[in-house]
This record gives sequence, C-alpha cells and structure tokens, in this order.
Amino acid sequence: MAVRPEEFNFAKNDKFHTAMIPGKTARFFRTCKIWQFIRFVIINIKMIIVVSKSH
Amino acid sequence: MARLIVLGGGVAGHTAATFAADWLGREHEVVVVTPNSKWNWIPSNIWVGVGQMTKEEVTFDLAPVYNKAGITYKQAKAVSLNPEGNASSDKPFVTIEYTGQGKAGESEEVTYDYLINATGPKLNFAATPGLGDANGLGEFTVSVCTADHADHAAHELAKCIEKMKKGERQKFLVGTGHGMCTCQGAAFEYIFNIEHEINKAGVRDMADIKWISNESFMGDFGMGGLHMKVGGYVVSSRIFTESLFAERGVEYIIGAHVNRVEKGKVSYELLDGSMGEETFDFSMLIPPFAGVGLKAYNKAGEDITDTVFAPNGFMKVDANYTPKPYEEWKASDWPRTYQNPSYKNLFAAGIAFAPPHIISKPMKSPNGTVINPTPPRTGMPSGIIGKAVAHSVCDLIKKGPSAHLHEASMAEMGAACVASAGKGWLDGQAAAMTVYPVVPDHEKYPGTGRDTDYTFGEIGLAGHWIKHILHFLFIYKAKLKPFWKVIPE
Repeated sequence: MAVRPEEFNFAKNDKFHTAMIPGKTARFFRTCKIWQFIRFVIINIKMIIVVSKSH
Repeated sequence: MARLIVLGGGVAGHTAATFAADWLGREHEVVVVTPNSKWNWIPSNIWVGVGQMTKEEVTFDLAPVYNKAGITYKQAKAVSLNPEGNASSDKPFVTIEYTGQGKAGESEEVTYDYLINATGPKLNFAATPGLGDANGLGEFTVSVCTADHADHAAHELAKCIEKMKKGERQKFLVGTGHGMCTCQGAAFEYIFNIEHEINKAGVRDMADIKWISNESFMGDFGMGGLHMKVGGYVVSSRIFTESLFAERGVEYIIGAHVNRVEKGKVSYELLDGSMGEETFDFSMLIPPFAGVGLKAYNKAGEDITDTVFAPNGFMKVDANYTPKPYEEWKASDWPRTYQNPSYKNLFAAGIAFAPPHIISKPMKSPNGTVINPTPPRTGMPSGIIGKAVAHSVCDLIKKGPSAHLHEASMAEMGAACVASAGKGWLDGQAAAMTVYPVVPDHEKYPGTGRDTDYTFGEIGLAGHWIKHILHFLFIYKAKLKPFWKVIPE
C-alpha cells in the first residue's frame, strides 16, 4: 500500500512531526478549479476591503 | 513654477512622480532621478529566477513613459543633498552623477523646491563576507533582487536540474544572507517556486532543499508574525508557515546570522550562540538593505548627513526615534507624513525612510550578534506612502506652506500580499494574505496587535491567479495606460 504523503512528511524530522500537514482532501481543494474560482472571488472582495481601508 | 525632484523610480518613486506630474500639470516641473533605464516589477522576479518569465516581461523602458507624463527624466544617481544651498545661492540642490543618456560619469547640480527621497535600498551584499562586495553580488550565490540577477539565477537553476536528471544529487539553500535582512517573503516565494519547478521536472527526489533565515520563528516575515482567522480559530502565521514547509518537505534553520559565504558553503551563528555550517550546490541568499549612502551638506559645506539621515543611511522623517525597550514601542512611533523634521521640503517614501524601530521582537545571540528581521516597507505600503507624499507636496506647491499634509501611517494601513508557491494557471499555488494594520497596534488590539477581521491568509490556486493578474495590472498602471489612476496601489 502506498504511503500517504503526510505520513512520510510527519516522519521526516522532529520539526515536521509537530506541524499541521494537509491531507488529500485539503490538497485537492487547493487546486480544484471550481472551488478556487469561488475562493478567487472571496479573496478579491476581502483584499478590496483592506485596500479601501488603507487609502 | 516649482520643481519637485523625485529620487528613485521604483514603486514609491514612480508612484509619487506620476501622480505629482498628473496633479501639478505643466505649470510645474517634476524631475525623476534614477540610475536605472528600466522599471522593474520586482515581485515577478522570482518567476524570472526559475525560468518561468523573461526579464523583458518584468521590465519596461522608463524614458517613453516619463516623456508621455511630461516628467523630466535624468538617468543618474544622487550623490549628495544641499538642503540649504551653498555659499553662492540659498536654493537647495541635489548633486547627481549620470549613469546613462550619453552622459555617464558627468555630474550636475539640480536645484529643487521640494524633494522626495524614494531611492529604495542599497543591496548591501558586502555586509557578509563572500556574499558580495561593494560592486554587488558575489560569485558563490545567486539573487533575485533585480531582473538581471534573477535571469542569472534561472540559468544556474537550469544547470542544477540538468545535473539531477543525470543522477547527481543537488542541495539548495535559500533564505537570508545576514542577521539583519528584510524581504524574507521574496526568499520564501523563491524556495517554493524552486521546489515547484523541480517537482515538474520529475527530479524532486534528487533535491535536498533547505531554508535559512534570521527570523526567530517561522512566519515572522519581519512583521513579528501575524494572526489570521481561519476555520473559526485565530491562528499564528507560524502554524501556516511550518505547515507549508512540512508539506513540501523543505527543512529549515531559523534565528541564523549568515556570517560567511564560501564556494558551496555558508557559515552561520544561531540565536543560542552556537555556530554552524551548511553546504550547498545552489544558493539564493537575500542581502541586507542599507541606505544608498547619500551625503548631506549645509550652506557652509559642512557634513550634516547625521542630521538628515539615520545611521543606517535611511532618511529621518516624522517618526519617534527615541530609543526605548520593546515593551514600550507604540504604533504612534511610526511616521505619518514622511516629512524630514529639519528640512520641511524634504520627504521620504518607501524603503528610503528610516523606521523608528523594527517590528519583530529584537533578538541577540549570547555573543552580542543582532539577529532579527528589519521591517518590510515594500509593495503596497510603498505605493500608498509614495502617493500620500506626492499629494502633500502638490498641496504645498498649490496651496502654500500651510497646506495640510497627507498621512499614511503603516500602523493605520493594511497590506495585501500574495506569496507565490509555484507558477501555473492550473497547478500553481500562492499564499494570499492581508494584514491590517502592517505595524501592530497593541493599544487598539491588545491580543494580536491586528484586526483579525481583516487579517487573513490562505493558500491555493486562486492566490496564484491573483498574483499573476496583479503582474499585468501593475505593469499596466506603471506604463500609465488608460485609467491607470483607478488601479489602487
């Protein structure tokens, strides 16, 4: 059975052992085009708010 | 007719000059003095450094743009300021030395009514033996600080990838080349872009990639870290940063002052006082920044550099420079108008202004070596400050010396930052972040120092789309194409 990427990385060293490592689902959503398009809209709205508060 | 001189044509200087020229019209003169013939969108240099963009894609010629804007362009570097004039005239002037336009090496004294110092930093490679010298980058490491440096880095990276394809293991070391560096973000972007490209080349298993940084904790970024609201939690940037490094299998050394660079090896001191060495086949280490070394003289010709500039070479402005312990630092220490306290017609913008103190907690090793990041003053804050200062100068020229000065405190402005972790319209990723305010205000936000409703971050493909779109948008704006003024800084 193939070792999951996070299993391999957790075991790599002590620093990685206590880190938060994304699993398969989180990784999938990071490059899922539909979900990322939704996030693109939301992030842009948030950034526009911060930019407008800063000028 | 008044004359405004802007020293520097980077984000702050270009923003200040172009807005000033637009607001002042042809009744007054705006002069830009910059040693460069090209404008560079520096955030995209990391993509040049991995061969995913050409240097031509991140630069353009300044002369036609300034010609269109009615700005007098002098391709020269500023050498000294005489804010009181000299024995023969009361008119303040700046002495410049040409670097191009067929007059390289020639000096000229240019008088001014107002001056904005937006020179940016000197890339102080000479601060670390082996990292470089007074002439710039050394032979052992690469850099992505300029488009030419990044182009060179891409060629060196390609050689390493070829070696790995032939079965030769390679070690990559990326980070900061001195204990007092800033701009960890650029190194952060570069290391993950390298990792992304090596992955794409199918040789990730042949590469050892390591981060070395002067930050005392991962995710400090010279801002003392930040807390973001995610999934109902308020989470430290440390958690996010450590997560990305663990996910990508990138090991790290933090709290490190690189004190020597040799062929294939760096020596460093850690915050606990211990010394170490790290070998590499390919290394990109950011140099520390310093002021560009402008001198200042009074009417009698006496050196008043210490009056106008801080010891690090950055210009003194309306900040509170009184030395005090970390516990007593306040948001109100940070400048609001960027006006020089001694000479009211002098302003500074972007990296060129002297911050009152760092933002991160000050750190020293038991040996007395200062190891802490210095404050970032690039990108969005640089542009906003440049515009505010230009606005102040234009009002002073048009309304007189009692005009209201515009304010842009980094303790009251936010910043949007997109840190690339790999380029690709379908498989790229970037960390999209906002921070509000840039300088934490612990009186207003006693816990994290920042407003967690407006401080957030997430990594994904959407972040990459935003960074890539910003690349086109800001180059479009800098070229003064139609509606450039509606694009925010």
